[in-house]
Amino acid sequence: MTDLAAPGPADRPERRRVAGVTPADGPARVSAYVCEAVSCLSAQSHEVLTGLGAEVAQRGLTDVEIKRVGCLGLCAAGPLVRIPETGQLFRHVSPDDLGALVETLATARPDGQHEAEEPFFSRQMRIATENSGVVDPESLDDYLAMGGYEALRKALTTMQPNEVRGEMKASGLRGRGGAGYPTGLKWSTVAKSIGSPKYVICNADEGDPGAFMDRSVLESDPHRVIEGMAIAAYAIGAASGYVYCRAEYPLAVTRLKKAIRDATRGGYLGASVMETEFSFEVDVRLGAGAFVCGEETALIASIEGGRGTPTPRPPYPAVSGLWDRPTLINNVETYANVAPIIRNGGEWFAGIGSATSNGTKVFALAGRVVNTGLVEVPMGTTLREIVFDMGGGIVDGREFKAVQTGGPAGGCIPAQFLDMPVDFESLMGVGSFMGSGGMIVMDDTSCMVNVAKYFMDFCREESCGKCVPCRVGTTQLYILLDRITTGAATMEDLAQMERLAGMVQRTSLCGLGQGAPNPIFSTLRYFRDEYLAHIVDRTCPAGVCTIEPLPVPA
Amino acid sequence: MAVARAKPTAPSDDKRWKIVETRMRRLGNRPDALIEALHSAQEAFGYIDDGALRYVSETLSVPPSTVFGVATFYHHFTLKPQGEHTCVVCTGTACHINGAGEILTAIKAAMALKPRETTPDGKLSLLTARCLGVCSLAPAAIVDGVVEGRVVADEFVTRLEML
Repeated sequence: MTDLAAPGPADRPERRRVAGVTPADGPARVSAYVCEAVSCLSAQSHEVLTGLGAEVAQRGLTDVEIKRVGCLGLCAAGPLVRIPETGQLFRHVSPDDLGALVETLATARPDGQHEAEEPFFSRQMRIATENSGVVDPESLDDYLAMGGYEALRKALTTMQPNEVRGEMKASGLRGRGGAGYPTGLKWSTVAKSIGSPKYVICNADEGDPGAFMDRSVLESDPHRVIEGMAIAAYAIGAASGYVYCRAEYPLAVTRLKKAIRDATRGGYLGASVMETEFSFEVDVRLGAGAFVCGEETALIASIEGGRGTPTPRPPYPAVSGLWDRPTLINNVETYANVAPIIRNGGEWFAGIGSATSNGTKVFALAGRVVNTGLVEVPMGTTLREIVFDMGGGIVDGREFKAVQTGGPAGGCIPAQFLDMPVDFESLMGVGSFMGSGGMIVMDDTSCMVNVAKYFMDFCREESCGKCVPCRVGTTQLYILLDRITTGAATMEDLAQMERLAGMVQRTSLCGLGQGAPNPIFSTLRYFRDEYLAHIVDRTCPAGVCTIEPLPVPA
Repeated sequence: MAVARAKPTAPSDDKRWKIVETRMRRLGNRPDALIEALHSAQEAFGYIDDGALRYVSETLSVPPSTVFGVATFYHHFTLKPQGEHTCVVCTGTACHINGAGEILTAIKAAMALKPRETTPDGKLSLLTARCLGVCSLAPAAIVDGVVEGRVVADEFVTRLEML
């Protein structure tokens, strides 16, 4: 994780020669893509990679290529190995039992029958994650082979900055960090703002618990994010930028830093990018475990080296941000969408998705669902398709209860809205929030009051303490919720909680406090009976909360 | 405005201070290098002690109160030495509904250890994380830097006790 770490084997020029893996001689007949994102790595995928390399070398299969790739998506079944030529996906591969896999590699024909993909993959439409699971995340050459940095070249050599902004506007791309602000409009505001130098910031402080899209994109395809930032810098007239990344994502940080080094060496970053007059430098800044730093003004305070406390807006960072200069802040996934938009044009992107929300969205599917992992679907796909068709339904065949989106500022969506198309507006309409794209599926073993209490505990801990409604309000709301879950609450407490929640929502300084009461509102809206069961009947329908029976009068 | 100052000296001649010093120098010894400096100090020593706070404060010309404020604001920084082994239990949403609470309860019952505490013999420190981002492996934990998924509370506690 430090800059001083010894360069790994991947730093050396002979690419794909990973820890003893022999690359194919000449063009490969067939290849094995081994997932090396955090989820599979923790299930020993690196041992699979080295073991596979040794085995293939031992059997003299010189026309087989073994490659490390980023996230293959279906994290629940890791370690994953994919044979792209045949479309086969090997799950739960054990480093001690590679027999079937090696046998397939020995006999597979690239022109043979292509295995039909299951809905988890076939229903996806991959734009932001198109290279995930395809390129080696630590190889610049691999990224270039997939047309990497061509969008940047196109922008620099054939387009004026205002034309780039025009394409972004035409695409209708909206910020993928949660609020859905039109990206093209934001870029134009920064470009028009007076002040110099201007900065580009990538918000990789993915704090929502249950969301791991940004981690996956950074671990699987870091160059894509850098290319997006460089195009943004050209479009707004910036020469330097920062990626603000969570310290909890060491692998993402390592790969990102390596990608920045490689891109600089290759002339895609630094002074006179691709021999043009455009210069752009990127540096990584580590977060330090403060959720509030995902809020843009707090993030800026943190990059400046201070406590991550938000400041009132306006002025927006687009006018006065980092060191009081105009600053563009976008999320990882937003930047990952930039290169394809420039490559294919804004109109192409605008043709995908729903009426008000264009393009695709990456969702992190987790919780009580069979196929946990990452999916990228066009906006407007229904919840039922995502949870049941792609996600494979609920674990152990239990009953679906709700899906939680939007993190601690989001809400729980009950079964009656399963056929609702998912986009920014529809989620708001049912009292939830797009957020960064985490989707936590809950079944009848989850108590909704307990879930609300969990999120309030989160907000209470993460409140930065600057404004009173959030600092004190979240604590009081937590105490009230705790009373409900322990059976100590009265109906007056419930009324008090609703009043207080409204006050916190209206008067807090930043999104953390304003969003904190949302889990309460949404669970009260759809699961009020569970609150009443705790208060009036003194029982927890899901059996999660422990409520002591009332002492029987002697 | 510039006043000549003596170059701040490291609290000891421990080689690891070089890492901290280099990181700060690369960032121009400017005040905005504060968080990066604290990161490198914690990485080098495992925690940030008073000497480190003072050294960073002097080198970056940031008031000690600000350095202390920043170091205590962020959850990631710790001002106390950690145990020989560390265990981080993820308490993200997916882990929460899949039983992260039970893991913490089991650890507390077996070892009388609560989050942010270290066992009296200095063997094990217990920490919690807001979300490790490996939600598909929920409930997850990190033991000495290695991510473990689908943790089963009893087995996990038995292994911790044997560390």
